[in-house]
Amino acid sequence: MRSLSDDRVEHLRSIAVNPDFSSTKYGIVKELARGGMGTVYLAEDTELSRQVAIKVLNTSEADSGLARRMAREARIIARLEHPGIVPVHDVGVLADGRVFYAMKLVRGKRLDEHAAHNDSIKDRLRKLQAACDAVAFAHANGVIHRDLKPQNIMIGSFGEVLVLDWGVAKILQRDRAAEVSSEADTLMLPGRKRAPDESSWSNREDTTHGTIMGTPGYMSPEQARGEIEQLDERSDVYSLGAILYFLLTNQRPRATNLRDQDQESQTMPRPREINSKISKAAEAVCLKAMARSTTERYASAAELSADIANLLDAEPVSAYRENAFEKTSRWLGKNRFLVFLVLAYLLMRIFFILTARR
Amino acid sequence: MDQDTDIGGPHHRFPVTSHSAIVAARSADPQVRERALETILASYWKPAYKYMRIKWQASNEDAKDLTQGFFASAIEKNYFARYDSAKASFQTFLRTCLDRFVANQRQAEQRLKRGGGAAHFSLDFSGAENELQQHAVASEISPEDYFHREWVRSLFTLAIETLSRRYDDSGRSVYFKLFELYDLADNDSEPKVSYASLANEFGLNTTDVTNYLAAARREFRKIVLEKVRELTTTEEEFRAEVRMLLGVEVK
Repeated sequence: MRSLSDDRVEHLRSIAVNPDFSSTKYGIVKELARGGMGTVYLAEDTELSRQVAIKVLNTSEADSGLARRMAREARIIARLEHPGIVPVHDVGVLADGRVFYAMKLVRGKRLDEHAAHNDSIKDRLRKLQAACDAVAFAHANGVIHRDLKPQNIMIGSFGEVLVLDWGVAKILQRDRAAEVSSEADTLMLPGRKRAPDESSWSNREDTTHGTIMGTPGYMSPEQARGEIEQLDERSDVYSLGAILYFLLTNQRPRATNLRDQDQESQTMPRPREINSKISKAAEAVCLKAMARSTTERYASAAELSADIANLLDAEPVSAYRENAFEKTSRWLGKNRFLVFLVLAYLLMRIFFILTARR
Repeated sequence: MDQDTDIGGPHHRFPVTSHSAIVAARSADPQVRERALETILASYWKPAYKYMRIKWQASNEDAKDLTQGFFASAIEKNYFARYDSAKASFQTFLRTCLDRFVANQRQAEQRLKRGGGAAHFSLDFSGAENELQQHAVASEISPEDYFHREWVRSLFTLAIETLSRRYDDSGRSVYFKLFELYDLADNDSEPKVSYASLANEFGLNTTDVTNYLAAARREFRKIVLEKVRELTTTEEEFRAEVRMLLGVEVK
């Protein structure tokens, strides 16, 4: 047999790695991204002649905790019908045993990539506000994301903002959790016998107290401590605050050691220490969202979104009490055109009065 | 479901049933041990030969003798029985043994005395030498990475040979021919083959070509996993090797 060239070795490696879509209506086009749990492929839906993104689990074991988690992720996203959350089209098991789900293909850039090419703080705040709204919608439906970071927010070609990667999301309401996990198990394990207490362990992997899931720097202190049972919407609020920190300073919030995240956030430089052009109000919003104590944070993503909207409209924010001077200068800044007109009018009047006296 | 396209079985999992040749190499039964050593030899002799040519700058003839000598010595002294998967991967262990062997040989200047020129095994050294000339060795690649790269090449080559044999034995050699023409032909070969041209050449329809190729690729993947299983001793080591080889988790 002829010797295999390097190019053929790589091709054979990809054959061995690539999922087998032969039993589905999808044809693989190329790999888009690879993560710890799954790989996302660009694929062609041959029935509808459209391109979709397909996330495929890296392991072929349909009974594994990862497979259950991925099916749960698909179910969670599917029920969150919101313009800021990527819709899921399909979910199933490939012939090679890997769980997959197909979703809308989003063409665009991640928020961190978008920020790298866009210095406008206003634009960044608008994008974050849209992400807050999508997260607030999920919260209203009893779902917390638990891994919010700039890399999981996509800016589409038309400026639309989408929150991605709900792989470690948690369902807060028990009745809904039971409903979703039971469906997920049924869906992906055809022919498998159900264990007597299966519906109760479907969430076990990610709800065990002490488990740390998330991204250092962006996860809340309670999440970094593995206090899974204590996590609620305010944990996502912290992450949104950390994203705001990044958008204001271009620096990732510091957290080198998961267990020491509390200590790290204490020593983390304030946004204005990094960029003095940041307003005190914007800094206050960021620090309130990132407060170490959950009770000091915004109670919800919707509250944070409202304060970001206030920042954009130069309105007072709940996180910062202005003094009279700041109030006046904010008002002047907001009504610059009006102030200019009044000043111009006054100057003209003075000019006419002076010329009339001569 | 068509049996050809159902290699994963009713539960759609990869059945990896091969036994570990490394474990078998410790067997008290000489026949079992011999078969196991043949398996290890088949996978590792080429990377070992090329490694000695590159890392130790051994001449063609020296590398041949060293390769023969190393595996003969490994069998005689039962090197592989000493392997402990908790300490390192088998590849690392084998490389360390190779380095030690070559260093000892050079130090004692006993290469010829220890069996230099004696052919213990029938190995295609000229083929290995041709491969060495064909595939450029980048200066920045470490000897360890080079050894791994050549091991992957050797493993895939063995998997292809097994695939060819299996399809021949089952009377479905057309599957392998399609695989060979579509997946093994170098990209620079002209004209590029397409599913349609293959369908035309073999008197099939395009859907058949798609299905046969998918089946051959699945079988190839299965064989690769079987080979890795043969060359590892524990489940953990197997998964680590597959992760390194393919970058994916396989259970």
